[in-house]
Amino acid sequence: MSLGAEQLERLAALARLRIDPGEAPALGDSLDRILAMVEELAAVDTTGVEPLANPLDAVQPLRADVVTEENRREAFQAIAPAVEDGLYLVPRVVE
Amino acid sequence: MASDTPVTAVALLEALERGRCSAEELTRDCLDRIAARDGDLNSFITVDAEGALAAARAADDARAGGRAGPLAGLPIAHKDIFCTDGLRTSCASRMLDNFVPPYSATAVERLGTAGAVTVGKTNMDEFAMGSSNETSYYGPCRNPWDRERVPGGSSGGSAAAVAAGLVPAATGTDTGGSIRQPAALCGITGIKPTYGRVSRLGMIAFASSLDQGGIMARSAEDCALLLGAMAGHDPRDSTSAREPVPDYRAALAMNLDGLRIGLPRGWFDSTLAGAIGDRLRAALGELEARGARLVDVDLPNNHLSIPAYYIIAPAEASTNLARYDGVRYGHRCGQPADLEDLYTRSREEGFGAEVQRRILVGTYALSAGYYDAYYKKAQQTRRLIRQDYLDALASVDLIAGPTAPGTAFRLGEKVDDPVTMYQEDSYTLGVNLAGLPALSLPVEPLAGLPVGLQLIGRHFDEGRLLAVAHRLQQVTDWHLREAPAPEGVA
Repeated sequence: MSLGAEQLERLAALARLRIDPGEAPALGDSLDRILAMVEELAAVDTTGVEPLANPLDAVQPLRADVVTEENRREAFQAIAPAVEDGLYLVPRVVE
Repeated sequence: MASDTPVTAVALLEALERGRCSAEELTRDCLDRIAARDGDLNSFITVDAEGALAAARAADDARAGGRAGPLAGLPIAHKDIFCTDGLRTSCASRMLDNFVPPYSATAVERLGTAGAVTVGKTNMDEFAMGSSNETSYYGPCRNPWDRERVPGGSSGGSAAAVAAGLVPAATGTDTGGSIRQPAALCGITGIKPTYGRVSRLGMIAFASSLDQGGIMARSAEDCALLLGAMAGHDPRDSTSAREPVPDYRAALAMNLDGLRIGLPRGWFDSTLAGAIGDRLRAALGELEARGARLVDVDLPNNHLSIPAYYIIAPAEASTNLARYDGVRYGHRCGQPADLEDLYTRSREEGFGAEVQRRILVGTYALSAGYYDAYYKKAQQTRRLIRQDYLDALASVDLIAGPTAPGTAFRLGEKVDDPVTMYQEDSYTLGVNLAGLPALSLPVEPLAGLPVGLQLIGRHFDEGRLLAVAHRLQQVTDWHLREAPAPEGVA
């Protein structure tokens, strides 16, 4: 299994990363080697085996539907890169 | 406290208790050692002298007022993955170089409530992704036993700081071996508890179904003391375990008569041409001489841990790290052209190469058309691996083996080849996939470098692991061996 340049670019777009064209061949090569390593799984017989998501088979606990969090907007926005009037600023998306 | 003899947390607390020193003196001593010795070691990313001294004075006051917690005045360090209210928490990434959390991790809160004094935040692989501490944005941490070698990772800074005597204990996290492997490579004791034993709230997420916090210290007794303060149910972490926390220090005196130790077939022969296996067998012989029985066990699917882990962990990481978008906190690129550019360039600039590589692998494994072949297949294999461990642990009390396939390797030796680096975790990954507790403790060094023995237990059986390690540490002195003092330091 080998990732072509096009697929690498598609993955980067999905992950919101940009790959430096100069580094793409080396990165592609290392990803290919990782994928070759995990290819071993394809030969494992997992017929009828349930996927294991939590090692203790725990399920999500439920709690009463009441507000327990306090409002800490100022503390959280104090560490944001750009805020104004209590809102997070991003480049204009609607003209 | 001026000598270089390693001092355990238990001994320091006894000195505090008896009034032979104050918490403030102890903390100043730690800060002085860090200032004198950490320059080339680079085990700390941030030192908080002011906060530490204030906490130490508060501990002294509490002790004077008869309100001292079990760890009152004990200086410790936190891996820089644990959020500390008001103190920069970088996860060794440029992405969080400017991140000052508005709250503390539950583990940090609990250790603080018990009286521990936080002196600083330790170096690590970026977002805990690595086995050598070389992926840190702040430069590699070095191994106190040989500065040309790595301390292991990802909790390399915590391991090096304890091994160099800068602090008696430190926190770490272990997603695939990140407490145990650096503990082994630096000659200290480190415990990764059962999944869910220590709260993950405020522990920056890497792979949520595998991540677990723990303790790195000189001795099993110190680990027992600190783990007891750190562990316990946290309603704010939905995967936190509800089992009550036993008294781990009391458990050290557990009756170990008739103890059965399982040795996985093949684990003792394949490591470093058997030399590490010999060291491990000698240590196990000490237990055998005291009544333990050594029994062969099989873990037929364990060799699949590496491929299963390197699907599951990157998949979960790619999801967890999607939160870093340059909007709410962390790195934001300059002059974004549009929203897409803001996301993409902030992430490209903020994440290092290994983190980006794992995000891409995880994105691939979760992408349409590949999910069943990779992520689901890895989760099915995970169940087979867990079953192997549960079957083995039904016939023995614990499993023993190497922690790492070799001793500390040279800086730069494996950094260019991720697949070679990933082999470093061969003996540790299965434990995370199965959610089991495990610890690493030092045995007889090999060619001047530490060797770690790994003990793996049943779910929530940390007490027995600590008791067995403690028994060994009572009849041997490997855990008290010191890293050689660097040249030019008295």
